[in-house]
Amino acid sequence: MGRRGRIVLKIAVWAIGLAPLAALVWWIARDDLGANPISLITNHLGDWTFRLLLASLAMTPLRIVFGWGWPALLRRLLGLFAFAYAVLHFSVWILVDHFFNWGQMAEDVVKRPYVTVGMLALLTLIPLAATSTTGMIKRLGARRWTRLHRLVYLTGVLAALHFLWLAKVGRTDQYVYVAALAVLLGVRVVTWARRLARRVQKIPHPRPATPP
Amino acid sequence: MRIRRAERFRPSEITDETHYLNRREFIAGGAAALALGAHDRADAAAPAGAPLKAAHNDAFSVKDAPTKLESVTTYNNFYEFGVNKDDPSREAHRLKTRPWTIKVDGLVQKPRTYDIDELIRAFPLEERVYALRCVEAWSMIIPWIGVPLSALLKQVEPTSQAKFVEFTTLLDAAQFPGQKPGFFGGGLEWPYAEGLRLDEALHPLTLLTVGMYGQVLPNQNGAPIRVVVPWKYGFKSAKSIVRIRLVSEQPKTAWEKAAGQEYGFYSNVNPNVSHPRWSQATERRIGEFRRRPTLMFNGYADQVASLYSGMDLKKYY
Repeated sequence: MGRRGRIVLKIAVWAIGLAPLAALVWWIARDDLGANPISLITNHLGDWTFRLLLASLAMTPLRIVFGWGWPALLRRLLGLFAFAYAVLHFSVWILVDHFFNWGQMAEDVVKRPYVTVGMLALLTLIPLAATSTTGMIKRLGARRWTRLHRLVYLTGVLAALHFLWLAKVGRTDQYVYVAALAVLLGVRVVTWARRLARRVQKIPHPRPATPP
Repeated sequence: MRIRRAERFRPSEITDETHYLNRREFIAGGAAALALGAHDRADAAAPAGAPLKAAHNDAFSVKDAPTKLESVTTYNNFYEFGVNKDDPSREAHRLKTRPWTIKVDGLVQKPRTYDIDELIRAFPLEERVYALRCVEAWSMIIPWIGVPLSALLKQVEPTSQAKFVEFTTLLDAAQFPGQKPGFFGGGLEWPYAEGLRLDEALHPLTLLTVGMYGQVLPNQNGAPIRVVVPWKYGFKSAKSIVRIRLVSEQPKTAWEKAAGQEYGFYSNVNPNVSHPRWSQATERRIGEFRRRPTLMFNGYADQVASLYSGMDLKKYY
């Protein structure tokens, strides 16, 4: 892909990443947030965190399945947008929802599994965001960097649990997200399994000893 | 990827705000009609949002300012219309509230089927401003219009075996799209069933409700007739009721069947007993910014705590 193509793709990702925030600003400006604005904002930011996380996790499978090279260029940007929305989602919870009621928040983190896993999911994203620069990749070395960034699979699983455990009975959209995550992680598992199988095949089988 | 958000209705599309603003006139009119012993309320047959006269009952009203009507009609949990808060206001037009009958039977001396308009005419209507606390930790203040359920129950004369009251909501997937079987299944078992102990049902606070904000009850709020049990979480207050049955055994409620460990039969508002997944210690009053502490029995402890004396409310959640 040429330089122009790469720029167009990056602009598209920036637009997708900023659109949910723009929508939020638009609703706030028009005082159009419904009866429970804090709940709407929290859910909106949480939904987009998960969507962008899934989008970043979809890039490698796209390369594996279709052989495309361009998705790898967008992975980091999508991941950083996911992190940004996770931080906003968390900030609304602290600053607006509980209004610095540290006691109740601490109790929630300890006692409410969905809060606990949500918090853990955010924590796992911090080292990934911190090492997202090209300089950090060089400093860590590609091998160690890749190993560290497999942490994002755990982030995905924690985010899925967060959504599953907070969703009320009768809701179904959480299953769509979980199914998407399962497919994206499943592609990787299949690839690893194949690679492993090839490696095993290459090992020469010892000739069975003839019985005496 | 779809951005789901509340589809907003202007208040003018749902209700005529002047009806609400003029509610004191209706109340005064209702009081006058009562004084004359007149029970002529032909307007009660009118559709949702039409003015409905009722005498304001101050003794049974909280002093807090009512929640904005637009919030009360657009932010609803009414799974028959869908699981999202904005589904009920969008789908409510599908529900036909006339003709409508309510069958009152079971362990009673005089079982009876009421026509909705006949029922509205048979009892003097009252307006009561109640606090509504949802199990999801938000709350509203709503001026309801109705009659104490006890008035109706006394008319059918429960037998001595009657210990519980079971409420059944209309079952009709054509009018209630949420009752169609979903792709993933799960959800609630239809028709929606709720229940109260007989003494709870006979408690003067328990209101059989046909209106709010000086108007005939909007469909998304449980038209044409629902109960309101203000000291319990909102889902205990069954909507669009077609049957009230008196029984001897504690009825299985829809939410107990779906998730009994989370939603018990009693479901009294209690800041000290957490929902398994979240705290009930605080709530967000719709229209307010800060959370406020949740009160025992939603602020009705003086009136109802005696119903549960000696009971372990952690066990009977």
